[in-house]
Amino acid sequence: MIYASWLLIIAMIVLAILSIEFKDLIAAVVAMGAVSLIISLLFLFLQAPDVAMAEASIGAALTMAIYIIVVRKTERREK
Amino acid sequence: MIRKITYGIFLGIIVLSLILFFAAFPFGKNKMAVGKYYLKNDINQTGAANVVTAVTLDYRGFDTLGEVTVLFAAATGVAILFYVLEEDKKKRERQVYPNFVVRVGSRIIFPFILLFGSYIFIHGHLTPGGGFQGGSIIASGFLLLYLAYPGERVNRSKLSVVEGIAGITFAGLGLWGLFTQGNSFLFNFLPKGQLNMIFSAGILPIIYIAIGFKVASEFAGIVDDMMCEAVCSGGEK
Repeated sequence: MIYASWLLIIAMIVLAILSIEFKDLIAAVVAMGAVSLIISLLFLFLQAPDVAMAEASIGAALTMAIYIIVVRKTERREK
Repeated sequence: MIRKITYGIFLGIIVLSLILFFAAFPFGKNKMAVGKYYLKNDINQTGAANVVTAVTLDYRGFDTLGEVTVLFAAATGVAILFYVLEEDKKKRERQVYPNFVVRVGSRIIFPFILLFGSYIFIHGHLTPGGGFQGGSIIASGFLLLYLAYPGERVNRSKLSVVEGIAGITFAGLGLWGLFTQGNSFLFNFLPKGQLNMIFSAGILPIIYIAIGFKVASEFAGIVDDMMCEAVCSGGEK
């Protein structure tokens, strides 16, 4: 369990850096949603299922959808 | 160059202070008296099997009322920001419609999302979860429908009625406890019942059902505002 959470933390840091570095903004938003999903898994490992559910439904679903709508209304490529 | 050096110095200070702070912080040891008190007295005082629910709705119920109010203010702010006059609102013809699988699949899966969200907020005092989680799950179901059927919209006035009734239920239960039964706001005046049964913990399940409806309608309203801004064009920009 502890090694799995270390792997998840490393993947989360890599995804967070990627979400800043991506030039395609849709890909950046998807990376951000993956960060939220990994955070919710880590909350589950830390025995906080209440927070994990809120993070998975709000952080990974609704926030990502709102960002995707905004990207569709503006520009997809970062200059 | 000097800017990068300044950034580096500030980053070093922040990292160093974080390391020192977390090194002094005892992880995994329960040092706080209030946490022990909650764990010890939760079942006798509130009758809720889920201690988190007992803390958020019973011991700290007034804070939850404040949270719901903050969410209401945020939803109202989004609605004001995206407000479009009814006569300016024209539906734009979209070139790209979602395919058959998305349309039919979303219709099949939407009732199950509703059922799952309702299960989470009805069983909020027994299992992990509660009004906020269940409500946001239901709102993500509405988001799925909006993605599958871009032209359609929910009835906003019905959503507002549901939201108002839920908010009045929460505040009214609190005031009822304040004026008639005990002498505190959100006094738990119903019988505690048997632990781990659905009708237990007094007013906590009723409050969580009200919060679930309120959060679901508010988030559905936010999704509706956002999707309408993306899909139906309101006048010239």
